[in-house]
Amino acid sequence: MNAGAAPFRFVSANRRVREDRRFVAGHGRYVADIALDGMVHVAILGAQHPAARILAIDPSAALALPGVHYVLTGEELAGATDPLMNGLDTPNVRRFPLAVGQTRYAGEWVAAVVADSRALAEDACEKVRVSYERLPYLTHAEEALDPSSPPVHPAHGSNVLLDKPFVWGEVDRHFAESPRRLSFRVTWGRNSTVPIETFGVVASWDPWAEMLDVWASIQMPKYPDQIARALRIPANNVRVHHDVDVGGSYGVKRGIKHTVLAAHLARRLGRPVRLLEDRLENMRGGDAHGPERIFDVDVAFDDAGIVRSMKLRALDNAGAYAGRAPFQLGKPIGAIVGPYKIESVAYRAQSVTTNKAVQEAVRGFGQSPTNYAIETALDQVARACGLDRIEVRRRNFIRKEEFPYLIPSGTRYDSGDYHTVVDKVLAHVDYAALLAERDRLRADGMLAGIGIAACLEPSGGNSAFEPLLNEKNQTTTWMESVRINVDGTGCVAVTIHTTSSGQGHETLAATVVAEVLEIDPDLIRVVRPDSLACLPSNTPVGSRMAIMMGGACFHAAQKLKAKLLRIGAHNLGLAPEAARYHGGSVGAEAGGKALDWAALVNIAHRNFHLLPPDTEPGLGTTHVMQVPTGTSLPKDGRVQMYPCHSFEFHLVLVALDPVLGKPEIRRYVIGHDCGTVINPHIVKGMTLGGIAHGLGAALLEEFVYDEEGQMLTQSFMDYLLPSSHEVPKVEIVHHCTPSPFTVFGQKGSGESGYLGAPAAISGALNDAVADLGLFFDKLPIRISAISDAVAAARVRSSEETTS
Amino acid sequence: MKVALQVNGAVSEVDVEPRKTLLDTLREELRLTGAHAGCEHGVCGACTVLVDGAPVRSCLMFAVQADGLDITTIEGLAPAAGELSVLQDSFCETHGLQCGFCTPGMILASHALLEANPEPTRADIVEAISGNICRCTGYGQIVEAVELAAERLRQANAPRALAGGRP
Repeated sequence: MNAGAAPFRFVSANRRVREDRRFVAGHGRYVADIALDGMVHVAILGAQHPAARILAIDPSAALALPGVHYVLTGEELAGATDPLMNGLDTPNVRRFPLAVGQTRYAGEWVAAVVADSRALAEDACEKVRVSYERLPYLTHAEEALDPSSPPVHPAHGSNVLLDKPFVWGEVDRHFAESPRRLSFRVTWGRNSTVPIETFGVVASWDPWAEMLDVWASIQMPKYPDQIARALRIPANNVRVHHDVDVGGSYGVKRGIKHTVLAAHLARRLGRPVRLLEDRLENMRGGDAHGPERIFDVDVAFDDAGIVRSMKLRALDNAGAYAGRAPFQLGKPIGAIVGPYKIESVAYRAQSVTTNKAVQEAVRGFGQSPTNYAIETALDQVARACGLDRIEVRRRNFIRKEEFPYLIPSGTRYDSGDYHTVVDKVLAHVDYAALLAERDRLRADGMLAGIGIAACLEPSGGNSAFEPLLNEKNQTTTWMESVRINVDGTGCVAVTIHTTSSGQGHETLAATVVAEVLEIDPDLIRVVRPDSLACLPSNTPVGSRMAIMMGGACFHAAQKLKAKLLRIGAHNLGLAPEAARYHGGSVGAEAGGKALDWAALVNIAHRNFHLLPPDTEPGLGTTHVMQVPTGTSLPKDGRVQMYPCHSFEFHLVLVALDPVLGKPEIRRYVIGHDCGTVINPHIVKGMTLGGIAHGLGAALLEEFVYDEEGQMLTQSFMDYLLPSSHEVPKVEIVHHCTPSPFTVFGQKGSGESGYLGAPAAISGALNDAVADLGLFFDKLPIRISAISDAVAAARVRSSEETTS
Repeated sequence: MKVALQVNGAVSEVDVEPRKTLLDTLREELRLTGAHAGCEHGVCGACTVLVDGAPVRSCLMFAVQADGLDITTIEGLAPAAGELSVLQDSFCETHGLQCGFCTPGMILASHALLEANPEPTRADIVEAISGNICRCTGYGQIVEAVELAAERLRQANAPRALAGGRP
């Protein structure tokens, strides 16, 4: 299937991203820009308490305000809709858009107020009286494992959503035979992608057409199906408009609860309803937090630093409802050994409920926390053996001739050349000079450290973790589709069947179709039909679109080309195999007479009598692309997860003043191999943006809850996002190892940078403070934590000196 | 309250509640939706517009405060429909954006910088955009865009005011 070494014309070329034009002019079309006649606005009343019984809701004072139309409670909504989908088989963890009978986290949505303007709706929210009876609550994951902890969902019986042990290979024997072992714990703090655009939805119900129209800032697989199920209406009564630009998502824009709520109100009130989260609703109750995870790691290795086996226990704090959060423990199974030849692994995936906000899918779907644990292990092994950290990684890397490489948990890695990427980075940096620079900084009284992370980006997004963690789930396809239409004048339109949140899918589709059809990409129109006119799509999750939408475009264009060839050969009197396609024309191999694009199009659209037998008139093709490789259900706890595996190698120099504690990144280099790049600008942007996001996770961003169960970081004054001052200039060293499983050799890059940056920055800080006997074992590593720890260590050391 | 807003060179009379922000007024009354609501508490910069040439958070300013001031929004930067300013085109050239949500604010903040400082250093650019948060790009290609625009504007064979300066 691989197109091989043929030089590309548009693929990999440094061409502009077509979407950019409308955005730089301020002419994006976001959900907040959509204003329908008669539209009313929703504001949300959030719960004050982490857990409380709702005794009564009195909306009378709110409804008495002029311009206020309705106050919706959880009781009404739960009566009219079905619960939102759970990933796992946990039927008693029921979730509705508004709390029903009980609140389960501070900020949970209790009532929705509808008014003529958002401002009026907010005024009215303050007038809704809710009587609560407070209940016991918990916020810590380890507490949730205790059977006597207050249950978040009493009907479920405990706070444990998932506790699944896996053993792949002879872990016990490998541990027993290994001369060295070490154990540690690291914790990944609760953060998220926090797009600058909050989630928003506009819903409109036409009772005469029985049609629900939805515009949303959405990135959600099976979105129309889920809306229809929850509302108990046929799915072909739901029309999701995909021509809405999404202002950032990186996984989290899954607003199914928002949509069901707005859609119910639109039906109830007979008017279009808009629900746009404000920042507080988004941070506290938007249900878009990311993983919060404790890792207990045991490693078995030898004196040469070769890691033979690993035990990984991951305990994730899912928050108050299940959603898809537990699956974020499943996806990393597809790269559970990272880029290393670890022979056996024991993995225990635990997900628990607590009285915190609900998780959603976050960039990497659990992979970045897992990579942080694995990379910390490699650093510790190197330290224990007294070896260089890069050398230890090199000794453990899978070698390029060993691909495709089967890892113990059942995934076959497609391709890679990790040693060469590392060599290129070290040559680019002059590693000896970098070490000398670190030591010079130290000699000047600074704390300085070098951080290293090598990791994989599984890409191509099937959903094999679903059946792996939930036996009732039999999903083995996660398809993506496109349609190509050539009209009667010869113009080409490609339809894609999803929204986008900055990934440049229109550019991707035009580039690939143009590459195959050998026509100018700028002449191709790319459009997004509404969901009722769409072929099946699973949206841009799991770093999949270069592989999946790119693959679908390739195959649909090949079908179109094949049809043009048949038409041309038939009219030129050539055997089909003797006809050649070149730049839109069809002719004989040896040259001579040919039919050009206009002639071929004309025949297809107007001359049925000139078409080969059994040929449909017109020129339209479709392709529904199945994810390469993973097509089977799991067996014995093993499954082929994603098809492709991009590689990244981070090398970071961090310096900080020991008193101030503020880390300053002096140098940041990443070696990146995502196979054949389709658009270099897009891949570069994703990588740089991913590193910035990873920097936030490593140093700044956390949803902090206090012991009262209240979220402290509710605004951007407290939840700190990296600005241009914090994000360093990043140098990218490219390498290309094509994937054998994709049409151009491409792999995914949507999560690149983010998957290794937290591990690398953490490693650098720990290198900087290792001589003080310190080890930061929790992300984010805040400035205050650094300066306090360093000060305490210095006091200790001066006391030891004087005593 | 009746307010006369001078936006992108044209004066519009609007009747707004005193508590209505300039951002909401631009978006809802004038249907200029290029300025975006990101945080509505003055941190993210997605709502940035120029007031008398300086970048301002339109979410932290009431429309009634803007009476009589000279306001420029992203819609006022393009010289003509379908035609981009040098700075806007530079953002396209370096792909200094992804989802586009922070982009109008980024471009207006950068525009104000280039008006005041035709030869900005990298540090000047980083400082000028540091009040605008981008979650997609990590800022690298944004800085490149502003560097490229500055270079192009310096090299343009025309006075700056004609080569993509203020409308």
